[in-house]
Amino acid sequence: MDRTTLDILLLSLGVFVLLIALTMLGEGLRARVPQGRTNPVVEAFMMRVNSWWALVITLALAVLIGPVGVILLFAFASFAALREFLTYARKARADHLSLALACFVILPLQYLFVALDWTGLLTVFIPVYAFLLLPIVSALRGDASDFLGRVAQTQWGLMICIYCLSLVPALLTFDMPDGSDRSILLIVFFIMVVQFGDLFEYYAGRQFGRRRIAPDLSPKTIEGVIAGVLAAAVIGGFLGWITPFGMIGAAAMAALASFTGLLGSLVFAAIKRDRGVKDWSHLIPGHGGFLDQLDSVIFAAPVFYHVTLFVWG
Amino acid sequence: MAARFVGHALALTARFITAVRADWRGIEPVAKQRVYFANHVSNADMPMIWTVLPVHMRRQTRPVAAADYWLKTKLRAFIGPEVFNCVLIDRRPEARSEDPMEKILQALDEGSSLIIFPEGNRNMTDDPLLPFRAGLYNMGRARPHVDLVPTWVANLNEIMPKGEVIPLPLICTVTFGEPIHVAEGEDKDAFLKRAAEALVALAPQESGGRA
Repeated sequence: MDRTTLDILLLSLGVFVLLIALTMLGEGLRARVPQGRTNPVVEAFMMRVNSWWALVITLALAVLIGPVGVILLFAFASFAALREFLTYARKARADHLSLALACFVILPLQYLFVALDWTGLLTVFIPVYAFLLLPIVSALRGDASDFLGRVAQTQWGLMICIYCLSLVPALLTFDMPDGSDRSILLIVFFIMVVQFGDLFEYYAGRQFGRRRIAPDLSPKTIEGVIAGVLAAAVIGGFLGWITPFGMIGAAAMAALASFTGLLGSLVFAAIKRDRGVKDWSHLIPGHGGFLDQLDSVIFAAPVFYHVTLFVWG
Repeated sequence: MAARFVGHALALTARFITAVRADWRGIEPVAKQRVYFANHVSNADMPMIWTVLPVHMRRQTRPVAAADYWLKTKLRAFIGPEVFNCVLIDRRPEARSEDPMEKILQALDEGSSLIIFPEGNRNMTDDPLLPFRAGLYNMGRARPHVDLVPTWVANLNEIMPKGEVIPLPLICTVTFGEPIHVAEGEDKDAFLKRAAEALVALAPQESGGRA
């Protein structure tokens, strides 16, 4: 077994131990509830933990399969996210073809470019070419009502759900300074620090959060965000050995990713508030939809990708 | 056997594209004899309802569908009668040999649940529903013990508008409301109005959708 595989297994094992602890904690709380009753808070917690198990196992398997597994996993996540976004986006019958192209042509092409390592194309394909092409397709069907609003929302969905998310597996194309195949571990690093940052922000914000950042949008507090970013930095520092950043660099990258991600969640909270929905869908029990789970990853991915390339590339 | 396999494949496709979900708001997902009456905007309505029914309920639920549509090609003649186990009725009074209501009541007497679209045709207007045909009232009066369940299929007119070939991946929800029955002495128009209101009440609030 090579070192990369060994490290992936080691990291998975570490997360599994954590999840086992959380599961036991939940079962312990369940056991304290009188027979024949259920405590909704405990059940909600267990539902979240169960979904975490599914997500962690899926990601671990994809990473063990290698680049193909990771790219397919993120392509599917993009598809699920775009499906949720378009459900609540404004659209007209005239947009049918351009939206179908977005889902069934542009999305697979973007991930194909990632797989082929065509860095030049994958960074301009959606921001430039899809940006120009899809409004043309919509215009050809000749419906002018709210045209700019419709095409702008479609483009926003493409940028968020396909482009930004595809920059996570695009980290595979990063050439490690030592020439090894360990760039896949960068993805594990990135997802772990962003998700742990989210988790700490959520629970710390609930425990001792006072000042809300945007009271009309979300319950996120300044205290919670600081705790989340600090936690991400500490975890990032400990995980520094799987990155080329060094310990201090890894902590800084983790803090940067977590901070961008948390602000991204705020943007998504604004969109959901505007659309009058609480969750994007029901597909991940206890978490809401794919977009609810991925909002911070989506915002953090481009920043993490570019800083990695510019500073260590 | 082949029909069952195709049935599972269709349900899987529907789930992949629309992540379709059931909202059991007024009834429990248990095997009780029911007539699900639904809004009709797209040919995919019936497969959606069929997909969200648990398998044991699906097997005893038969969609009521138009014979002229489902017998048109060999493929449709396999999917309609074999996969969905449709109760096929002839929409053209001049050509038909048997009374559609008799076929429907016969299916009910055999213990099947039914899916029907009381608007009769796909709704291409901006109104939420077309006026209901009398069929729902007639079966409700002939078999008063059967629950009539309003069933709203949301988003489908955007997933697959008439004339489009490629379905858009959007999330679809099927909402089941509280059952209604024909009341003692209630006349046809009053009942159909009440049924239509019960169905429209399940429609989600507009939160995006068409510009």
